[in-house]
Amino acid sequence: MPGDLREGRIVIVGASLAGLRAAETLREKGFTGTLTVVGDEPRPPYDRPPLSKQVLLGKAAANATELPTRWDPDAEWRLGVRATGLDPIGKRVLLADGESLPFDRLLIATGTRARPWPNPQEAALDGVFTLRTCDDAGRLADRLAAGPRRVLVIGAGFTGSEIASACRERGIEVTVAERGPAPLVGALGGTLSRLAAGMQRAHGVDLRCGVTVTALRGNGRFTGADLSDGSRIDADVCVVAMGAVRNVEWLADAGLAAGPQGVACDAGCRAFNMYGIVTDDVFVAGDVSRFPHPLFDYQMLSLEHWGNAVAQAEVAAHNMVSPGPLRRPHLAVPVFWSSQFGFNIKSVGVPTFSDQVVIAQGSLAARRLVAVYGYRGRITAAVTVNMAKWLEYYQRLIETAAPFPPGPGAADGHPLVTEFPIPSDVPDPKGLSHGPTVALTGHLPDRRLTVVRRAC
Amino acid sequence: MAVDTLLERINDYASRPDPYPLYAELREVGVARQTDGSYLVGGYYDIAALFHDPRLSSDRRNRAAEFAAPMPQQPSFIQLDDPEHHRLRGLATRPFGPPHSPGRVDAMRGEITGITDQLIASLQGRTRIDIVDDFAYPLPVTVICRLLGVPRDDEPVFHTWATTIIDSLDLTSGADHDERTRAADRAREEMGRYLVGLAEQRRGRPGDDMLSAFINAPKPAALTHDELAATAVLLLIAGHETTVNLITNGVLTLLRHPDQLDLLRREPALLPGAVEELLRYEPPVQLLPQRTPLTDLEVADTTIPKGVPVVLVLASGNRDPKRFRDPDRFDPTRPDNQHLGFGSGIHICYGAPLARIEAQIALGALIPRLGTATLVEDPPPYRHSPVLRGPRHLPIELSPSRG
Amino acid sequence: MRIVVDLTRCQAYAQCVFLAPEMFELHGEEALLYRPDVPDEQLERVRQAAAACPVQAILVGEAVSACAG
Repeated sequence: MPGDLREGRIVIVGASLAGLRAAETLREKGFTGTLTVVGDEPRPPYDRPPLSKQVLLGKAAANATELPTRWDPDAEWRLGVRATGLDPIGKRVLLADGESLPFDRLLIATGTRARPWPNPQEAALDGVFTLRTCDDAGRLADRLAAGPRRVLVIGAGFTGSEIASACRERGIEVTVAERGPAPLVGALGGTLSRLAAGMQRAHGVDLRCGVTVTALRGNGRFTGADLSDGSRIDADVCVVAMGAVRNVEWLADAGLAAGPQGVACDAGCRAFNMYGIVTDDVFVAGDVSRFPHPLFDYQMLSLEHWGNAVAQAEVAAHNMVSPGPLRRPHLAVPVFWSSQFGFNIKSVGVPTFSDQVVIAQGSLAARRLVAVYGYRGRITAAVTVNMAKWLEYYQRLIETAAPFPPGPGAADGHPLVTEFPIPSDVPDPKGLSHGPTVALTGHLPDRRLTVVRRAC
Repeated sequence: MAVDTLLERINDYASRPDPYPLYAELREVGVARQTDGSYLVGGYYDIAALFHDPRLSSDRRNRAAEFAAPMPQQPSFIQLDDPEHHRLRGLATRPFGPPHSPGRVDAMRGEITGITDQLIASLQGRTRIDIVDDFAYPLPVTVICRLLGVPRDDEPVFHTWATTIIDSLDLTSGADHDERTRAADRAREEMGRYLVGLAEQRRGRPGDDMLSAFINAPKPAALTHDELAATAVLLLIAGHETTVNLITNGVLTLLRHPDQLDLLRREPALLPGAVEELLRYEPPVQLLPQRTPLTDLEVADTTIPKGVPVVLVLASGNRDPKRFRDPDRFDPTRPDNQHLGFGSGIHICYGAPLARIEAQIALGALIPRLGTATLVEDPPPYRHSPVLRGPRHLPIELSPSRG
Repeated sequence: MRIVVDLTRCQAYAQCVFLAPEMFELHGEEALLYRPDVPDEQLERVRQAAAACPVQAILVGEAVSACAG
């Protein structure tokens, strides 16, 4: 088959952000063949970040976040049907309704789902929620609008913290239980996690760190939970925010390098098979992918970032219809954001890929700052709290592997602080309730990891 | 000619109608050291990067001794760095925009339309008008007066002060310049006293204007008298000395591009994009002469030393072919138009949303009437300042039947 | 019509909030919240906001119209 596919059949499995942007890009690049997008939810592609923010605050309806298209991707949408398998030899995607879709090129963009509470009986109690889909958000928003006495959030990652923030803004009492030492520690390390803990407590969150939830109580209806420190929480809503599970089960027999951390692919988004040999007709994009990044020692990154889904989908789509020499690498520096408790947190690079951190601008006391992360003397990440306008400067430093700590001269003056970097205190993700939103595979700077999967 | 005289040549009044060839010359080298020791930066990507570079200060007190320039006792927030800049701009924003007053500017649309309609009505039956004096100047002045709470009838008073201050914004040095600077300082002081006086009259009796909001703000959100004076002077001047250029440049540019004028008459929905394109093509603020590096900076393979004046030539970045396809073409439908017209980073233009709404409403009202209009003089006579650049007058002829 | 804001690009210049305050909101100094669904009477303001965004982060468009199945 010639490398530049103009006609033929392309199937995209996954009808969310990455799937939609890939479909648009394929048409932009001149693909005129048959394009089919398969999605297991019965809805057109919708945006998820508002679900834990505007929707829980009651400012937007859960079913109102459909993504606008840049142009009509002229695709056949197979929505509400799950892909159940991939026949790599016959080049067909198998669907739950028994049909199979032949393809010349396939894009895997099946994303993730919420990690469920491990005890199915307890998870089935009325009042126990996870938050990933628009239906999840609609049900949870309805329950919050009904005015519960207390909400228990299990896991203080970004989603858990945003849920807690929405609850407090609605005047609802909330307890957050986190196995790690502080909120967001898995993503941002020690220094900023202490700031996050301070924000939560200042907004009246009952924050319990260093504890696990050992049981959810209730008789049909959720009434409370037991914690590992022997205490009990009485609550009528529980949100399980323990991170995400990658949707790879349908690929079990496909012979691809697919596992709990996602589907491995090369810098051009081509999937690896189980022997580590790159395929040429199966591509991967979005949260379900793992890909090597040169700025981070070619470790395989698994990112649950909105911006990565868009950027990787565009590169994958371009490469799906371009001959080898014209293919592009996916080299975007990871960026993510979160808004909670009235603060805007933005990150560029990979903060967990670090051994030290300095406050380069602003201050912890002012709750406006730029934290810069370094690994063995070069800058690998920066996080801003309410100082997003500076972030692109630090992005450039990361892209050019600039020395850490950054040189002096910030206009708001922190010459002393930059001379004293402190350890970044990135914990082992195994010790957290919330999964990291960036999983580094292979090794963290100071220790080897086996599996980035919480033992539930 | 040598690139180290570019600043002088830009400053030369003869360059006012068309400084763009000089900017093209600047972009050839990217960064140009001038004979007076200052540095011009003209490339889009270099300027955009410097807006987000924390090592570039807006506070002239960081200049090396040989470049020392007098600073007012109480600088306004555009002359300061964080955290002081953040505090003062935040206080100035409380009665103007989000998060505390998100609907303030939007709520002025009706009023701005009303003022515009009155001005248009006053032109009925005339066949020759001066876009500047008859329309583009009175509109923003009336708007900023209503917004701040300044009597419109005092315009002759504060306009003299404003002109003195603007005239000091040229790029020369020497005795002549020092005299203009001293005059500007006096004008700033008198204008500050005048505005604080107006605010004081509203202490305890607030109206819905911004001076009332400033003077009656509760303690932690209150500006001191000096801060109030510096802030109010800045807002009054910026609020009426820049939008006039945007509207006037708009009319001039449209009359020079009848095809685009015609397009906008047929598709008024293109107007917001057209205003953005004007901000790229003929930005009212051409350059920012205020910045100083806190450490040696590498820009476009040139080391700009710590402590020297750095001039960011926005209007040059806006015409950079590395960023904008066919940059010298005025194209109201231009996609991906991330121009530098309002600056970027923490010092992005405070009044940008008001200027946008005023320009959209003003041009929206004028465009249907410009069909038969012709420029009386092209180029028109320009104002003195190369920084806030725009025509001093823009006489046009209208056919009688269209009024 | 629907909007989505690329908050990866957003730097909180808040031009959208000024121009369409019923659609966009600042939460604290910097965190942008918005209504993803655009009522007809807000469409003109939303288009102005999208044009004015200094980082061109606002996408206005139709959602995919597709039936389940």
